[in-house]
Amino acid sequence: MSFLDVTLATLAKDIRLEWRSKDAINAMLFFSLLVVVIFSFAFDPTAEESRKIAGGLIWVAFLFAAIVALNQTWARELRNQVLDAYRVSPAPATPLFIAKALGNFLFVGVLEFLMAPLFVMFYKLRPLGAAWELLPVAALGTWALVVNGTFFAAMSLRTRAREIMLPLLLFPLALPALLAMVNATTSILTGEDSPTFWIALLVAYDVVFTTACLLLFETVLEAE
Amino acid sequence: MADAATTPVVIADGLIKQFGRFAALRGVTADFAAGKLYVIIGDNGAGKTTLLRTIAGLAHPTRGKISVLGSADIRSARAQIGYMAHPSLLYDDLSGIENLRYFAGLYSIPESDVDRRCRDAIASVKLDPELDRPVGQYSQGMRQRMSLARALLNDPKLLLLDEPFSNVDARSAGEMAVLVGQARDRGKTVFVVTHQPAQLEACADEFIWMEAGRVVNRTATLQGAAR
Repeated sequence: MSFLDVTLATLAKDIRLEWRSKDAINAMLFFSLLVVVIFSFAFDPTAEESRKIAGGLIWVAFLFAAIVALNQTWARELRNQVLDAYRVSPAPATPLFIAKALGNFLFVGVLEFLMAPLFVMFYKLRPLGAAWELLPVAALGTWALVVNGTFFAAMSLRTRAREIMLPLLLFPLALPALLAMVNATTSILTGEDSPTFWIALLVAYDVVFTTACLLLFETVLEAE
Repeated sequence: MADAATTPVVIADGLIKQFGRFAALRGVTADFAAGKLYVIIGDNGAGKTTLLRTIAGLAHPTRGKISVLGSADIRSARAQIGYMAHPSLLYDDLSGIENLRYFAGLYSIPESDVDRRCRDAIASVKLDPELDRPVGQYSQGMRQRMSLARALLNDPKLLLLDEPFSNVDARSAGEMAVLVGQARDRGKTVFVVTHQPAQLEACADEFIWMEAGRVVNRTATLQGAAR
């Protein structure tokens, strides 16, 4: 089986497991829904204020919700120690990482797709900039969160308080990406600035961290 | 020229494995010939599972060397190793055959052969390949057998089994022991870590007694190993 075959087989397996259990997607949806509703009751922003705060609100909500999926992604490999079955096989480590990152990208992407209309509705959002630019921001931003998140979730697998460890490791490193996501989204919603710089920053962030994670993952997987 | 049957499959040289300040292996030096069934016994914490995981390449020695199937780099030997752990190493939400199909893909088994190999492996442990229940709903005995089927899937030369008889009833344990003996008869080198060595008394070639991270005795009979 080729590198691509192992990646696709692992991705298909993860999608099937998530489809049957719905562990990650249900928890993420519930959490995001709570954030949307609670914040909409806590604040009563005007349309103009909404455009300025929504970028931060949306991405912080997705960041916290993504933690659920990221923890779940490796938790299912720990049950019955299934990860050891992969480690003892001749399959290389990298396809496992890519499949996990792609799976998380898909799950968080589904969450964003489902939650975006609710954010628009609750916060009366109407972008004054080019709305299509939100798509590359969402794609690049989501990848930035899940690629590091998948890596650090794997790193914290063997720690006792792994659910606490993941945000502790991930959040400081995700700050530049989060800053870029929030500023790009705010620029597009308010139409005041061009988001180009922030999108370029996200591209650079994704390239650097994806490369680093791919290079280091085998060491993380083999550590014992 | 060395006889293939007597060429060591596993050579351990001064193996030490530490977890923090605890030494699970304290200098294991031993070699194990091909085509034999080795039963590793000892008290809890004697280092049996750590030794097995080190042979499987899952744990890396802190000091010392290990060679498996003629290679010091265990990664290159992985295609020839079958490993069954105390937990099932199976996804609870997938059926037995779904689990095996996924793992078959990791062993470069040709796509055209995957289905037949999975069904054969399941049938070889006396389970029904058509069973579409998730593994999470299996009894412990069925789960152990499916776990053995997964370990046998790649037709390994070296089979490593950790507690295959734990939490299964006497009848299932007896059937598992027969399957283990048959694997050795097909030319595989088999290591079994167990607290129930009597299950393998009839077919084992050697009993290896471990204590405090060391191999302290190797005998042909269970009585000989008892201290």
